[in-house]
Amino acid sequence: MNKSEKGRLKLMILRVIVYIILIFLCVLCLFFFYLMVINASRSNAQLSSGFTLIPKGHFIDNLVNAWTDASINIPRGMLNSLIIALVSAVLTTYFSALTAYGIHVYDFKGKTAVFTFIMAVMMIPAQVSALGFVQMMNKMHLNNNFLPLIVPSIAAPVVFFYMKQYMESVLPLEIIDAARVDGSGEFYTFNKIVLPIMKPAIAVQMIFSFVSSWNNYFIPALLLDKAEMKTVPIMIAQLRSADYSKFDMGKVYMFILLAILPVMIVYIILSKSIIRGVTAGSVKG
Amino acid sequence: MDGQNQKKTGKQKAVNYAKWGYIFIIPFFVVYIIFTLVPQFLTIYNSFFETYRDGLTQIGPNFVGLDNYRAVFTPDSSGTIRILKYFANTLIMWVAGAVPQFVIAMLLAIFFTSYRLNIKGQGFFKTVIYMPNLIMAAAFSMLFFTLFNRAGPIQAILVQNGMIDQSFDFFAYKITVRGMIALMNFLMWFGNTTIVLMAGIMGIDQSLFESATIDGANSTQVFFKVTLPLLMPIFVYCLITAMIGGIQMFDVPQVLTNGKGVPDELSRTLIMYLNGYLINKNFGMAGAISVIILIITGILGGIVYRMLSAQYKAPKQKRKY
Repeated sequence: MNKSEKGRLKLMILRVIVYIILIFLCVLCLFFFYLMVINASRSNAQLSSGFTLIPKGHFIDNLVNAWTDASINIPRGMLNSLIIALVSAVLTTYFSALTAYGIHVYDFKGKTAVFTFIMAVMMIPAQVSALGFVQMMNKMHLNNNFLPLIVPSIAAPVVFFYMKQYMESVLPLEIIDAARVDGSGEFYTFNKIVLPIMKPAIAVQMIFSFVSSWNNYFIPALLLDKAEMKTVPIMIAQLRSADYSKFDMGKVYMFILLAILPVMIVYIILSKSIIRGVTAGSVKG
Repeated sequence: MDGQNQKKTGKQKAVNYAKWGYIFIIPFFVVYIIFTLVPQFLTIYNSFFETYRDGLTQIGPNFVGLDNYRAVFTPDSSGTIRILKYFANTLIMWVAGAVPQFVIAMLLAIFFTSYRLNIKGQGFFKTVIYMPNLIMAAAFSMLFFTLFNRAGPIQAILVQNGMIDQSFDFFAYKITVRGMIALMNFLMWFGNTTIVLMAGIMGIDQSLFESATIDGANSTQVFFKVTLPLLMPIFVYCLITAMIGGIQMFDVPQVLTNGKGVPDELSRTLIMYLNGYLINKNFGMAGAISVIILIITGILGGIVYRMLSAQYKAPKQKRKY
């Protein structure tokens, strides 16, 4: 065996090992969700009789049972979560782009300070101001209201930073100049010329903010206690604290499946652009 | 008139447009001040007051100076300083998830970017490993509970294979509970880290690899002498943002243990501690804990800030209005 053959053999073995590692990780990622889907298709009796990897025929029964459950109103929860997440996604992307545009395009006194401030507060988590936030919302009688979960999304430093970076790479200032020469007002320029250019960035950030709002548990759990106002994560946590032994387990798996389903559908359709969006906005080497 | 001046000189043009900068950033700042900045100061303010409910009676708010902070660091009846215990729990569970997260992510990023290996199906692999990052943490945690509790299928599989006894309980040992939480955190984040590190490696100038190879460096040397040093800024950025995320660990352990941090509060995190006081409306203690967490994240966030703003320090010649 000569040297190049040896090298090729080594490479082939390495490649096999790499594929085994990759397949193992993929199985690990999917395994728990596979079990969830299988178990959502089994009746309570089948579930308590043991374990199987083959789906059974009770999927529709469980779906109907979960959907019409008296104590956990999952359709209402999904509707609430959907409203909050959709409106937040629209507001956060529009106003982050607007703020980024204001700083990117115009020169004004204190601009550097403003930019520095937003960058400095970017990493502060919502939890550390939650106390004051909840106190204030209670005083304003805004608990059990969606506004405190929607309006703050207008000020999202991370989304702002992403938009700012995107503008730097794609938005030539000459376009804005040209629009002015044509008599376009500043807001008109932003809405009709800049936003269409920003479409890819807006789409990606809309998805990410929709997902994070849909999954958000900490703050909503402190504000919403009326049954008809609860969002999906609160209902899932409620499921955990309920008396477990009395539950139809097929239904429980179905609840979990419903909680993650909308995000999964979005992901399956748009996974390519979502994955591309992950890297933008972080440090460049 | 304004319009006439505008045409005369460029300098005046800049003055005229400046107000639009303010108009465009006003919504952001108004909302930020009302919903984040004021609540932040209110939180800090609360930490100096005694405000709690004792049964049905409301105590306070009375100014107590630093007493809440003192109370936070005072050992309880069993002699443990609870905040330090919860900090240690958070740290241990974060490390247990983050070490495999970064090791695997680094390996995968190297595999995916290697021309020699030429891995096929990258799109599929990336789609699958990134997927758990988007799953609702509360639902994922609930799923783990249903799968791993004593009536669940994992117990059934392991008992069938004779690996554990029927009496075994995943929720009775700190190693298994912490292990489950670390596993979930690992699964939720390694794909994300892989993608970011990959982008970092692909951003490195290809000619550097070529010249290193021509100079006779083998692939291990190329990795340690070229890839790793150039990847360092991104790696550190990932690590610190992961730490900030780790301090916020809440949904997974909260739902998995129903807020109890079983066994013996050994999986209770800092934010679960804060959440407990927020629910009991002990605003003084909640304030003090919030401020402590704010300081920790502030230090870590400061490092991220310096890294991000370094990008902007490079002199840029760009026309602005």
